[in-house]
Amino acid sequence: MKTTYREALREAMRDAMRRDDRVFLMGEDVGAYGGCFAVSLGLLEEFGPDRIRDTPLSESAFVGAGIGAALGGMRPIVEVMTVNFSLLALDQILNGAATLLHMSGGQLNVPVVIRMTTGAGRQLAAQHSHSLEGWYAHIPGLRVVAPATLEDARGMLWTALEDPDPVLVFEHGTLYNLEGELADDAGPVDLDRAAVRRAGDDLTIVTYGGTLGTALAAADGLEAEGISAEVIDLRTLRPLDWPTVLESVARTHRAVVVDEGWRTGSLSAEVAATVTEEAFYDLDAPVARVCSAEVPIPYARHLEEAALPQVPDVVAAAQHVVGASGG
Amino acid sequence: MTAPAAPAPTASVEHRVHLLREMVRIRRFEERCVQLYSAASIRGFMHLYIGEEAVAVGVMAALEADDAIVATYREHGHALARGVPAGPIMAEMFGKVEGTSRGRGGSMHLFDASRRFYGGNAIVAGGIPVAGGLALADKMLGRPGVTACFFGEGAVAEGEFHETMNLASLWDLPVLFCCENNLYAMGTALARSEAETDLAAKASAYQMPAWTVDGMDVEAVADAARRAVLHIRAGGGPVFLELRTYRFRAHSMYDPERYRDKEEVARWREQDPIPAYAARLAADGALGEGDLAAIEAEADAEVDEAVAFAEAGTFEPVEDLTRFVMSEQEVAP
Repeated sequence: MKTTYREALREAMRDAMRRDDRVFLMGEDVGAYGGCFAVSLGLLEEFGPDRIRDTPLSESAFVGAGIGAALGGMRPIVEVMTVNFSLLALDQILNGAATLLHMSGGQLNVPVVIRMTTGAGRQLAAQHSHSLEGWYAHIPGLRVVAPATLEDARGMLWTALEDPDPVLVFEHGTLYNLEGELADDAGPVDLDRAAVRRAGDDLTIVTYGGTLGTALAAADGLEAEGISAEVIDLRTLRPLDWPTVLESVARTHRAVVVDEGWRTGSLSAEVAATVTEEAFYDLDAPVARVCSAEVPIPYARHLEEAALPQVPDVVAAAQHVVGASGG
Repeated sequence: MTAPAAPAPTASVEHRVHLLREMVRIRRFEERCVQLYSAASIRGFMHLYIGEEAVAVGVMAALEADDAIVATYREHGHALARGVPAGPIMAEMFGKVEGTSRGRGGSMHLFDASRRFYGGNAIVAGGIPVAGGLALADKMLGRPGVTACFFGEGAVAEGEFHETMNLASLWDLPVLFCCENNLYAMGTALARSEAETDLAAKASAYQMPAWTVDGMDVEAVADAARRAVLHIRAGGGPVFLELRTYRFRAHSMYDPERYRDKEEVARWREQDPIPAYAARLAADGALGEGDLAAIEAEADAEVDEAVAFAEAGTFEPVEDLTRFVMSEQEVAP
């Protein structure tokens, strides 16, 4: 069936609410408004205001309430409108959800799912364009996922709700209108493994979320030049599926990491460092990275485009690593 | 406003002696903690409840087994009054695997899921939203539980307090907000940090009953908590209690107490909730000659046993360092 990323997310929530009475959604404008990005549109009518729960603009209180409700036996889906606002709830996520299991000696697991929009590309300027999923992936005690396809938008939620621990779901804002075919029986998917989205021999492009499309477009362009790029979608940013990445690099001998986060202290740095540590002797060239420029994301279209990883940047990085090894 | 003077059911002698015994248990336990801290058996931050015992004991007396508790980093008293055994609490402070949190939490992070004791939060006001969520779960699941959320008056300056007060009132959540006003947020006096120092007035702004209670009087606390819990269980929504109390000891073991004078502490010590209550019980004939000494001896024996339990405890093998970061069960899609 033809669907969109937004509809796939909505169908995942509808399915979860039907499967399990303990599941409910809360967040700012998820009910009457239908969700800031219309993801939950129509759910209020089907499930009522108790389970599609509009909250005050109190990120810390309602994220903390999600943690408490999870401790109390519910399976909350908490929607934080965007990753930028999640900073107002960082105490609850980092000091609470991520620590409780360990700090209680294994007594208190927190089965909460926290969804939020991430990323730039819509001319929303510096306070609505962060890509901080890499930050969250820094934190032990959390599982961090980034659905980049219709299958993952449809399938990750249920698995996340079944997870006994907190799961953060990052939905890139430019993906909501992504259209495509989804199998009628599409259902839950794993949250453990990275996926090879395109097979190739000459280099491995490692990416996730909003830049998967960028990487795939770059791979198409490279093919025309006779360079065969493999594209890996990390899918889960914590814990990272290293075997899939390292196996690929062992075959291609070159790696380019594409990450919309800033370069310094980033997830791309983690990937580059681990590939260097674990696969140094497989590499024919230094690992390259394509990241956002180190600026608060600006409003004007040409400046925003210049700040974000673009297809030509990925192509150039790929040509460089291939050229650097004489390939 | 102060708590309305509804007539309390006549408390039995057993109940009144129980309240006294619980306060003595906490006092004796913590006095031993001071010695053990000096002996370096306990490390890290340790915050004592000495002087404030009537608050936890009075509130816990109003709760049932199905109710939930969220406390702060000054929570030895709450854990003991909730029935968490003294041995595992002491072992936790010794960093032993037999501790309430297998030595991963320490003094500030005591937990007991079986008693719905949800810690032990070292971020001021950090537990308040979680308490709101526990109450939300009870409400959505149709359970009668009340969540008692303890926090100091310093937490009233935090956004999480205001956000959760609003949310709890808006959604009629069964939360008993227990503000332990001991006058100092670490070293900052209330009047130096709050434009409005009438805490019940602040709470009233969120459209919930808010009562000011003498937190040095265990029966006043127990009575107010009992009536608040009745109100909440009847579906009346949250209640806020300001429990006026005083911490006799320093904020933590590192506090030189430059912010308050000795005369003030001495004045409050005259209101020590334990001897005052013991004298009242004696005057009422509820406590006989030697009864207090016997209660103290029992408490000392319990503490001795707890210390022995902690000393005999073992340390978690370092190989298990990374256990309990994520749950130990497989998740299939």
